[in-house]
Amino acid sequence: MELSERRAGRAVVLAPAGRIDMGTADQLRERLIPLVAAAGKSGESVVLDFSGVDYISSAGLRVLMLAAKEARTSGGKIAVAALQPLVNEIFQISRFDKVLPCHAGVDEAIAAIAPAG
Amino acid sequence: MRVRFWGTRGSIPAALTAHSVREKLVSAIVAASGRELDTPEKAAAFADTLPFAATRTFGGNSSCIEVISEGAGRVLLDMGSGARPAAGNALRELKGKPGEFHVFMSHLHWDHIMGFPFFTPAYIPGHTIRIYGCHAELEHAFRRQQAPPSFPVDFSMMGAKIEFQQLEPGRIYDIAGYQVTAKAQAHGGDSYGYRLEREGKAMIYSTDSEHKLENAEETEGFIEFFRGADLVIFDAMYSLADAISVKEDWGHSSNIVGVELCQLAQAKHLVLFHHEPAYDDAAIERVWHETERLEEITREEHAVKVTAAYDGLEVTL
Repeated sequence: MELSERRAGRAVVLAPAGRIDMGTADQLRERLIPLVAAAGKSGESVVLDFSGVDYISSAGLRVLMLAAKEARTSGGKIAVAALQPLVNEIFQISRFDKVLPCHAGVDEAIAAIAPAG
Repeated sequence: MRVRFWGTRGSIPAALTAHSVREKLVSAIVAASGRELDTPEKAAAFADTLPFAATRTFGGNSSCIEVISEGAGRVLLDMGSGARPAAGNALRELKGKPGEFHVFMSHLHWDHIMGFPFFTPAYIPGHTIRIYGCHAELEHAFRRQQAPPSFPVDFSMMGAKIEFQQLEPGRIYDIAGYQVTAKAQAHGGDSYGYRLEREGKAMIYSTDSEHKLENAEETEGFIEFFRGADLVIFDAMYSLADAISVKEDWGHSSNIVGVELCQLAQAKHLVLFHHEPAYDDAAIERVWHETERLEEITREEHAVKVTAAYDGLEVTL
């Protein structure tokens, strides 16, 4: 799994690419949780650009649950954007579409949770 | 090897209400309008075309499974309220002859032992009931639920020969014609899954088991336990989102984890079990078909059949 990060206004966009499973979930957790904690403190938001993610397992979804909990604790916001159809179905079946706001595109996610002042 | 499901509901029995039956009947009559269904055969054939929840129910008894093999002993897994109809069926099959029952207990929570006071063979001299489990309190739990003020008939009044045997997880036992292995599972007060093997067939009974997903070694352990099984009966009580958030540490798992473990273990057939008592038939059927879809879209080479357990289901391995 590859991970890239960029800034877009008041949002940090983290873009994993590839499979998020038992073998790669820790890599995502180690990057995502501190990012969400820091963003919460600085009043920024985190958008997960999932356009490059072609599979996510329960271990990967657990990391997203940890991120959602961290966002609640630190007062930050987090959203997921651009889910591929297969990953979108996994979100629906696991009910993770009710855990995190899911947006069609990254720009929509930024506009929803980190609007330009 | 055949597996009969006598009780499939989680935590507490859940009866179908009069309102629910009426709803099913009304929707079936509407679906049948304009059709010529003037014989039971035609009506039955039409009913089979409707969704499961429209004409049937997943059932309401708590956990009890029977395993049947030609030439093997009579085996039950757990003594939930499904043990009552299991007992009636066994007595009919025995036709007055004495029976020997081998019962493997996942754990001693109420929904898994509540059927024993209604397990008729236990009251009849001549029958033998051997109860196996890994909990030190195994015998105590069975005796206590029949003590006053919980039940009017004390354990000592039961006429059958009733024996208790402690098992060690990880050790292979030869019992009733099966090779039996128990595995410790995460659940309040611990629970144990069972792997039963006979003549090249293997079945797994893994209920009341939470998977934390944070420990690769633990996951590997379950993959090995499930490895190549012909049937995996799996605790799929909650959605994954609920199982790892609001219901974390409640000791149950999800359909998602069931599919993943069966795929990784190359198991053949996943049966969703220990249904959430708050779910009606339509909700369980939705989870079933979503799980079939999940298995389909995440499948690599190995296909896993997915079924939602119901009281009365029989699976041949």
